Amino acid sequence: MIYEVFRQERKGQAFQHAGSITAPNDAFAEAYAREQYGRRQESEALWLVPRTALREVSDFPDELQKSYHRVDGYSLKAKLKEARERAGTAAPADR
Amino acid sequence: MSERAQRLLQIADDELVLGWRDSEWTGIAPFLEEDVAFSSIAQNEIGHARALYELAARDLDMTADELAFDRPPEEYRCAPFVELRLMDWADTIARRVLYEAADAIRLEVLKSDPDPELAGLAAKMDREEVYHRLHAQMWADRLRDEPRFRTSVNALWGQALGVLDAELAAVLAERAPEQLGWTPATAAPAARNGHSEGFRELWDEMTMVRRSIPGASW
Repeated sequence: MIYEVFRQERKGQAFQHAGSITAPNDAFAEAYAREQYGRRQESEALWLVPRTALREVSDFPDELQKSYHRVDGYSLKAKLKEARERAGTAAPADR
Repeated sequence: MSERAQRLLQIADDELVLGWRDSEWTGIAPFLEEDVAFSSIAQNEIGHARALYELAARDLDMTADELAFDRPPEEYRCAPFVELRLMDWADTIARRVLYEAADAIRLEVLKSDPDPELAGLAAKMDREEVYHRLHAQMWADRLRDEPRFRTSVNALWGQALGVLDAELAAVLAERAPEQLGWTPATAAPAARNGHSEGFRELWDEMTMVRRSIPGASW
């Protein structure tokens, strides 16, 4: 069985896909995930998901080019700048 | 040599030699995930050996490396069980399962030793061993009804009993059937004196680099 492994690097962070492992059952999957994604203290927590439990969605037809559904062309940056000028506030410093 | 150093060396030699033997599976275990896990466990055992050698080395005014690599083969105190070169995965997993069962009993006793250094080190090692035991148990569960695994356990059972003294071996004999889910065929414990045939060869290889430039600082 294939398990997809998601890894949280630090408390509070989002889990990110780390890779996958092959294991005969949940117990083996846990052991192997620990070894491959946790033994160097590189993870705060792991999520193990059997690949069969994942529902993949990948087909997004746009036959009629409904570009008005998309946000490209709508410059948020410019709108924000204008709004800040109106409100007299500065942009937050780069983090 | 102090009684404490003798006890430490016996366990350290077991852990070093088993770590060495199990490392021989690195790269050739039956599948990638197990290869990584098995190698990591083998490294942990060598790490435990290092900690035990360090404690013994202080008593003996030596270094851990000197204890691990500079003694002649006849001075190693490991059980013949850990020396065996097992080329079959069923045998190898059977040894892991039985060794972990024996080691758990030995560590329990050590953890309640009146010597705080011994008890403290045993407690540290035991925290890592929890994971080794999980790994061993999941294999024991999975292979429980496999005739090849049962044959391997039966063949190694007497050797495994020999890891412990008579009193603790009796505890192992009582607990193992619970962990295995079946009872191994009765066998006489193999004594911990002298070495198996392959030990000399193992020692040659294990100490080869160190002996190539005696006294060098690596």
